[in-house]
Amino acid sequence: MKLSRRTLLGTAAAATLPATARAQAASIKIGVLTDLSGPYQDLAGTLAVASAQMAVDEFAAKGFKVEVISADHQNKPDVGASIARQWCDQGGVDLITEVANSGVSLAVAGVAKEKNKAYLPCGPATSDLTGTACTPNTIHWVYDTYMLARSTGGAMAKAGGDTWFFITADYAFGHALTRDTTGFIEAAGGKVLGGVKTPFPGTTDFSSYLVQAQASGAKVIGLANAGSDTVNCIKQAKEFGIKQKLGGLLVFLTDVHALGLDICQGLLLTESFYWDLNDGTRKFSERLKARAPSKRPTMVQAGTYSAVLHYLKTVNAMGAAEAKKDGVVTINHMKAMPTEDDCFGKGTIRTDGRKLHPSYLFEVKKPSESKYAWDYYKLIATTPADQAFRPLAEGNCPFIKA
Amino acid sequence: MFMILGYPAPLMFGQLLLGLINGAFYALLSLGLAVIFGMLNIVNFAHGAFFMLGAFVAWGLLEFLGVNYWFALLLAPVIVGIFGILLEKTLISRLYKLDHLYGLLLTFGMALIIEGLARNQFGSSGMPYRIPAILQGATNVGFMFLPNYRAWVVVASAIMCLVTWLIIEKTSIGATLRAATENAPLVQAFGINVPRMITLTYAGGVALAAFAGVLAAPIYSVNPNMGANFIITVFAVVVIGGMGSILGSIVTGFGLGIVEGLTKVFYPQGSATVIFVVMVIVLLVRPAGLFGKAA
Repeated sequence: MKLSRRTLLGTAAAATLPATARAQAASIKIGVLTDLSGPYQDLAGTLAVASAQMAVDEFAAKGFKVEVISADHQNKPDVGASIARQWCDQGGVDLITEVANSGVSLAVAGVAKEKNKAYLPCGPATSDLTGTACTPNTIHWVYDTYMLARSTGGAMAKAGGDTWFFITADYAFGHALTRDTTGFIEAAGGKVLGGVKTPFPGTTDFSSYLVQAQASGAKVIGLANAGSDTVNCIKQAKEFGIKQKLGGLLVFLTDVHALGLDICQGLLLTESFYWDLNDGTRKFSERLKARAPSKRPTMVQAGTYSAVLHYLKTVNAMGAAEAKKDGVVTINHMKAMPTEDDCFGKGTIRTDGRKLHPSYLFEVKKPSESKYAWDYYKLIATTPADQAFRPLAEGNCPFIKA
Repeated sequence: MFMILGYPAPLMFGQLLLGLINGAFYALLSLGLAVIFGMLNIVNFAHGAFFMLGAFVAWGLLEFLGVNYWFALLLAPVIVGIFGILLEKTLISRLYKLDHLYGLLLTFGMALIIEGLARNQFGSSGMPYRIPAILQGATNVGFMFLPNYRAWVVVASAIMCLVTWLIIEKTSIGATLRAATENAPLVQAFGINVPRMITLTYAGGVALAAFAGVLAAPIYSVNPNMGANFIITVFAVVVIGGMGSILGSIVTGFGLGIVEGLTKVFYPQGSATVIFVVMVIVLLVRPAGLFGKAA
């Protein structure tokens, strides 16, 4: 074969092709699937997307490109699952994160497992994500219903709240929260006198349920709901002059902001992050201010930052091309590495995919105690990381037993 | 203590009353829809957005201008009504000659845009709005503690429904309006400005929604989704009452509030669906609605 200059150039060009293809493949794509239009928009939503983007910008990845995309799951499991599927099949997404709404998050967990992608839920509460519905592709990052039940429920039961009535949002999250809290109440010798399941989303008037709760004679009304549902419950309980204690089992900073301190004061609540907790959280919140000047992050938004940051550290350590290949391998790498960031301090990840860090019981301040904007909580108690979450053996995670 | 269907009587009375209060909102909202549909033949899907705007205008008036609840109750409907006039003049008036479907699509699109903009600006958790000082607290009515504000909601809504009904059915303006819906050219031949009348009717319907929005502001959180939560139920109310029937929408509004209230006791999970079950049954038995005239 005669070797001309032209064929030589051609061969050289062809030889470089796989190299370019490889360089392209080594860019990482992160999908933030969240509520951009519904009741959880403020506690997750656009600020969660901004937090993910901030993690990417601060990490300033070496040797691989990172892109963040986002979508609205509309609080519908079918919508969320089909976006996730499309992201995996055509979008080239390597990591799905956030997913506030337990129902949607359980559906997406299935998709992530089927497509073998990394999955880091931050917003959903259901402890089933590391229990009966756990997968080797999932790390449940911020909090769960067991943590809330143990901290808030346990504290209220200890303070004499031995009879309860639940107002439960009628879907996976409300059911899990009621179940986990009931466990702690009964363990403390208390009793659940009754409960109602309210349609979600779409319930705005809770007065009927509150009056039923009042009539039950229970000492504590457990609110197993979140976002604007909780806001409406607390507001209307005040309106109806309900004297029983309200157990706000999942209350976010944004809910307290929406209600105002005069209505919320004295309320006990549990979070794993508060912007004004320590120097680290204050530094993080200050940096995030550049992206949303009038807001302070919730634990979900801080969690999205933390999760994305740890993912990028892992990808950097194992190489982007390697990380893209296999979601389970990447997740196992993440589990092996200790976590550290401004929001949650030092932490670890358990084999069943539970991220471990302390949980904090807060009391909402009186209006007179609040000194500056968003100065809402005072710390009552801290549960250390090794006790905050459900023990590994009690979760019944199928792949741990196997 | 005597029992009703296995529940203590005081609890049942309380639930009936709460149902009535929710019914007051359904009645006010469906009344506005019925007026607009009856006179303009437009299915106003933006009604929930105007309800939400009413609440937000009341909030804004208090927050930025210090205007109290009572003035907001008068001002917010006027402000939102003027906004309604703008939309009617620029957009909706172009559709009167076309099929219903176009009006439905246009107003639905308007609702999505208005709600989307509000969400973008204010987020989803809502704004606090206090109950006016004079209506704070609750009264013991024997079987329950009735918050004074909720009692006021029922009274205000009943008065508003009555006034609207009287204007349309018993005054000469109302008579002209009804005549204009039957035969616009003929009414115009008598020297009456029909297009202006239609514009004002739309503004009136929109103002009713805003009025309900101000009433709702202290009870529910003032948030961009508050209208979307109501509107589907309210449409069911209008369909059950008979499209365009003023009396039908008032009676059905209050009635379905009570039905929903009772469902919240016996089967809470079904409270979001019970109104649609009623709708299906009514449509099977009386396709024109309870108070509608068969076409």
